[in-house]
Amino acid sequence: MRTGVKGVRALTQFFAPTSHPSPHSQALVGEGRRVAFRGSVMSLVRMTATGEPATAEPKHRKLTLARFTRPALGLLLPLVLAAGWEAAVHFHLGNGRLVPPPSVIYSTFAELAATGELQRHALATLARVAAGFGLGVAAGTVLGALTGYSSFMFRLLDPTLQALRAIPSIAWIPLFILWLGIFETSKVVLIAVGVFFPVYLGVTGAVASVDRKIVEVGRLFRLSGVAMVRRILLPAVLPSYVIALRSGLGLGWMFVVAAEFMGASEGLGFLLVDGQQLGKPAQIVAAIVAFAVIGKLTDWLIVLVTAPFLRWEDRVRTSTVED
Amino acid sequence: MLTLDHVGKTYPNGVRALDNITLAVAPAEIVAIVGGSGCGKSTLLRAISGLDTPSRGRVLLDGEQVTRPHEKIGMIFQEPRLLPWLTVADNVGFGLEHRPRDEREALTAAALVRVGLSDKAEAWPRELSGGQAQRVAIARALVPQPEVLLLDEPFSALDAFTRADLQDHLLDLWADLRPTLVLVTHDVDEAVVLADRIMVMRPQPGRLYEEIASELPRPRDRQSAAFDFVKRRVLAALDRSLAKPVTVDDTRTTSSQGAALWW
Repeated sequence: MRTGVKGVRALTQFFAPTSHPSPHSQALVGEGRRVAFRGSVMSLVRMTATGEPATAEPKHRKLTLARFTRPALGLLLPLVLAAGWEAAVHFHLGNGRLVPPPSVIYSTFAELAATGELQRHALATLARVAAGFGLGVAAGTVLGALTGYSSFMFRLLDPTLQALRAIPSIAWIPLFILWLGIFETSKVVLIAVGVFFPVYLGVTGAVASVDRKIVEVGRLFRLSGVAMVRRILLPAVLPSYVIALRSGLGLGWMFVVAAEFMGASEGLGFLLVDGQQLGKPAQIVAAIVAFAVIGKLTDWLIVLVTAPFLRWEDRVRTSTVED
Repeated sequence: MLTLDHVGKTYPNGVRALDNITLAVAPAEIVAIVGGSGCGKSTLLRAISGLDTPSRGRVLLDGEQVTRPHEKIGMIFQEPRLLPWLTVADNVGFGLEHRPRDEREALTAAALVRVGLSDKAEAWPRELSGGQAQRVAIARALVPQPEVLLLDEPFSALDAFTRADLQDHLLDLWADLRPTLVLVTHDVDEAVVLADRIMVMRPQPGRLYEEIASELPRPRDRQSAAFDFVKRRVLAALDRSLAKPVTVDDTRTTSSQGAALWW
């Protein structure tokens, strides 16, 4: 029987998984559509934090042509529309005054960039988002951690916060202007309010759902309170936290536009209003493009900064979301 | 020396999970606790580990009362409970944070060699099979050199081949390190193949019902008549503990099944 068992041991080792795609290539694949599938990704990430090992092995992804042509298909429609409109204006089938063709948008963009206007406005907006994001994240993290950790705090605070969340945040604008003035403070606070809720929800949920079984491992090794937070709780909530930060940042960009609509002398939102009032649609579209680019870049920055801490995540599951 | 002194546990809702459990386990002894589901065997193990505190009685290790997790008591659960954000090597070294780095690395590497997973040192837990992950959990529990290792149905989630493999593996490790093992299981074969002593528990309230010594020489042949004999005694005791009519004949020294394999 002993020899039989040895044979079994050799068998199990033979069947043990040996090759895995590099986490890096998987990270690249998984990234693109995660924001769109935020809800489902969130639940998946929680699953990965429970310590259950995945037995299924990732299929090795080959660098096939299909991998590039599939996303490229999505570009077809906008490119055809843009080229069609460009041609229509070029051949005087439309005048392109209210709907500027791509070439005009590009030259407006280049002109704004050359004069330094674009940079000035973009920086003003970026500064507001950064300040509001910082405040919102700080408040959301602290309150989320408190309510997630203590059921008393949750019962005390969460109903009020959920009630506040039900108010469309834009509705605060008149009050914020009365309280805080028309200048920077009210804008930053509005953005912070927008950022706060997704961060708070993400953190409170993540902290509350840290697997008790993993916490027990920490207890068995007699971790102190601080060590428990550092070695167990923080790494366990990090994947959900990153997603909460990204949702928060998305709302931050949304609210900065609202904030700049309520009266600003600079900022990308000002460019929008200015373009409307002076009848410069190309400037409006150029500002919208700038929002898209900067928004995507800042989101990517969060992903980039946190990626080294999340290499352990089970990317197989995120790639099922992607497909 | 691990001693349980009249240990009882009553949950706040009034359920008596454990009642008056007294047990002494000698150093390097292997004790298996078997019983029907809900008989409190996991509760008992958690009380010994210090994760839960008994409502009555005391758990003593070398005369010192255990009221919270103790550095000389390690535990392995049904699930590996590896930390998914740490590599296999860092998981194994998790309990050695306070040691100097080179000592930690040496101990971790040695433990991985011992469980046959040196080549997985830098792998993430998700890349392991169930059996490999449980081996890492065993290595993590053994690295701080506990005097007592508690195992809560450690192999029940594994397939039969891997389970038998890990049982042998655990015995090899035990022969080298000689910790006291207290094993909770509902697999009678596992209890008989591993233990020096098998305690049968009875539910509601959880009590020690019967004690069966197993002095089979190691390594134990799972197909031998002597093995079968001990197994029948345990099965009969389990039936009695559940107040069922005894369906297993434990008086014969060889069973027909054992005999068939014997020829």
